Amino acid sequence: MSSRRSRSRHSGSSRVTDDQINDLVSKLQQLLPEMHNRRSDKKSATKVLQETCNYIRSLHREVDDLSERLSELLENADTTQADLIRSLIMQ
Amino acid sequence: MMASIMSSSNPAANPDRSSTRRKKKKKIHHNPQIQPETPKIQWQSDAQQQIYSSKLLHALQQVRLGSSGSEPSSSAPRRVRDAAYGVLAATARGRTRWSRAILTSRLKLKFMKKNNIAKRQRKVMTVIAAAGYQPRRKSKVGVFRLKSKCFPAFQRKARVLSRLIPGCRKQPFPVVLEETTDYIAALQMQVRAMSALAELLTGSGSSSSSSAQLS
Repeated sequence: MSSRRSRSRHSGSSRVTDDQINDLVSKLQQLLPEMHNRRSDKKSATKVLQETCNYIRSLHREVDDLSERLSELLENADTTQADLIRSLIMQ
Repeated sequence: MMASIMSSSNPAANPDRSSTRRKKKKKIHHNPQIQPETPKIQWQSDAQQQIYSSKLLHALQQVRLGSSGSEPSSSAPRRVRDAAYGVLAATARGRTRWSRAILTSRLKLKFMKKNNIAKRQRKVMTVIAAAGYQPRRKSKVGVFRLKSKCFPAFQRKARVLSRLIPGCRKQPFPVVLEETTDYIAALQMQVRAMSALAELLTGSGSSSSSSAQLS
């Protein structure tokens, strides 16, 4: 209870409640690829944070790999204009 | 004018808020593509991916044209990567901190390239960030006061996460969580779009006479 009181004293611009945090954490959990999550309560918030960090790092790595691949492909492609037209048509 | 008169009973911060609200409304009018739904859905839409892909293609063409020695220090994959993140941030339309942070740092690099002094860069960043800056003393304390989240492990991970998301190092935890949600959805779309692009280029690169076939 004391924590709530001191929180309200400090609140001003940031009225943060545990429920809001839990809500946000569960939303975050649904984005993680692990399970397509219906059982959201099973994971502790710390675990979700850990997996979020890992997931973001793996996404960064994937973007880096794709960048490498794209740079090689662009190097070899003769005309970029043909690629552009082609990819826009093939929607 | 009417809004500021009516809100005179509220604390002084409100006139600023109502003007930003007006600004936000203006933005919505200018960009009919913006969907009022959750940002997650926005990043998952095909339309958004198309927008990103075409912008990325244009940016990559610039990368190729400019590769003749303008920036010998950066490699081609690095330039592709920077272009990808820049376009992603631009596609976000400035509604998230992480996207604004990416765009800000790119602006800094453009203008400060010659000077190459870290102190000046930090000054510029403070000036630009001051525009939307909220007092953070209270919010930092707010993180520690949370009942069930006082475990050092949790706080450690929260710090790590806030460092991973661009522009969120010193943000309060709920803000970091919101930014993370949007950032992950955006990254997922980026991976989808870049993979599709790579597939297209792989397919076209294998047959040299493909352009003839197209015409």
